[in-house]
Amino acid sequence: MRRRPSAAFWVMVVLLTLLVVVPLLWMVITSFKTVGESQSDPPTLVPEDPTGRAFGEILTTGGQNPVLRWALNSFAAATLHALLVVVVASMAGYALARMEFRFKNFIFSFILLTLFIPGFVFLMPNYLLMDNLGWLDTLWALVVPGAAGAFGVFFMRQFFLAIPKELEEVALIDGANAWIVFTRIILPNAKPALATLTVLSFLANWNDFVWPLFVLFSPERLTLPAGLSLLQGAYTTDYPVIMAGATVAAVPVLILYVFVQRYVIEGVARSGIKG
Amino acid sequence: MAVQASAGTLRKQRARASAGVRGYGRATPYLFLAPYLLLFLVFVIGPALFGIWMSLHDWDFQLPGKPFVGLQNYKDLFDPLSATAEPFWHGMRATGIFTLASVPFLVAIPLALAVLLNRKFPGRTFFRAVYFAPYVLGVAVIGLMFRYILDTTFGILNAFLGLFGIPEIGWTTEQPWAFVALVAVTVWWTAGFNAIIYLAGLQDIPAEQYEAAELDGANTWQQFRNVTLPGLRPVTVFIVTITLLASANMFGQALLITQGGPGDTTRTALMVITDTGFSQFRMGQAAAMSYLLAIFLSIVALITFALMRERKS
Repeated sequence: MRRRPSAAFWVMVVLLTLLVVVPLLWMVITSFKTVGESQSDPPTLVPEDPTGRAFGEILTTGGQNPVLRWALNSFAAATLHALLVVVVASMAGYALARMEFRFKNFIFSFILLTLFIPGFVFLMPNYLLMDNLGWLDTLWALVVPGAAGAFGVFFMRQFFLAIPKELEEVALIDGANAWIVFTRIILPNAKPALATLTVLSFLANWNDFVWPLFVLFSPERLTLPAGLSLLQGAYTTDYPVIMAGATVAAVPVLILYVFVQRYVIEGVARSGIKG
Repeated sequence: MAVQASAGTLRKQRARASAGVRGYGRATPYLFLAPYLLLFLVFVIGPALFGIWMSLHDWDFQLPGKPFVGLQNYKDLFDPLSATAEPFWHGMRATGIFTLASVPFLVAIPLALAVLLNRKFPGRTFFRAVYFAPYVLGVAVIGLMFRYILDTTFGILNAFLGLFGIPEIGWTTEQPWAFVALVAVTVWWTAGFNAIIYLAGLQDIPAEQYEAAELDGANTWQQFRNVTLPGLRPVTVFIVTITLLASANMFGQALLITQGGPGDTTRTALMVITDTGFSQFRMGQAAAMSYLLAIFLSIVALITFALMRERKS
């Protein structure tokens, strides 16, 4: 365990890195090729005749494949969703971590239990619910239902349990009410957890595929993932265009990930071990 | 005595830590819980119960009436002559094969990856971030990207294998390659996720246990078997459970990469369910299918739990 990493070790680490990076690079490279070159055999590693045609096609055809519009929809939905999750989950998580009330354990166990109900069970009933609320084909369908998930509450509760109680007790003795304690003392101390939950919720919503595919219909209201499957249908063999679409969906999250990877990774790690 | 006393103190501290802070009003906890609980009741509990209700009705949402049919939707799924049974079990088979084939890899490879990343070496954080990166991309990106990479005639994978004299493989058009491709893509996409959870689990195993094992003369492999694996058991149970759930939900990969083919072989249960519900508008039957799949899934999860506990004793 304490030996210095050997050459074989480094070979493995580098190979694994290539395994991750090469497909992504290939996607980006292809998006700059002509249709003919994208289907050449053997494939060319560097575009011989690099062209921005594919990006032009998806970013400017406006009405038909409004990729920018999809990106904007995705961004709006994911941002609002993440904010909603953070607000309701931190409030509920705080009550479950720090307050005394009847049925507390029952409520918490019940919420936790739903973490293990597979998502497809909710697909049909929630679709009909959206229909009845008039939320089909709107942003609301993307923002709200997912915020009822158990993960955020569980995650925030675990974090609040670790904050020393003395902080709150002193404030309460000084006459502060619960809301002041929560917003002025608890939340500022929970910034890392709030950041992690925001990022995780944003990513999950940004990448969601099944739900938007069925609750959205109008081409101008789709999210990027749902739009991409439409793009694949429209440009069956125009791989540069499809790869350009995938690149537009991938690059923003990869850039975001570079800056926030610490939160993402810690959040995932923490959700696993304390479960 | 000293040990007992400290255990007692610890218990008291724990009890204190789990108790709430005094001084909050009676209604306060409910006010804090209200926004979440409202969402929870409307979008989780309500739909879960409503789904059962739907599955007991002939819920064609294009028709005005939704007559109560009792367990007929479920019975139909077991009646080989009904229109729903054949596609459903076909989809269950595809989901079953995918789950059976992917879960072992999605447990073993992340474990190996975590052991690798648990060693101290320069750039460890960087490589950890790289291996996790595919997971931040959604299934839509992954699906389109690999559909191109796996293309039989101009995909780069076959071109690469061709350098070694390996003839063209129909990754998306032939079996068993289509399943191999779907499993491999899923491993590529999600191994980093499971590995990070394993890594956290590894860091929770006290170093003293390894030191003790080393004093007993255990070699690296013996340490792995007798310290690492038992120490990771709770994490493994968690990983197996979430991976089973994810595999049963498989949809995007098959839709975008193999389009359910070749034939209907990779048309998963969820594809059948959404097709029945959203394309054929028979939502009652689709709901019955989802509940039956959920029941199957919980049985599999319970068996897994039981097996993992068995190994402990």
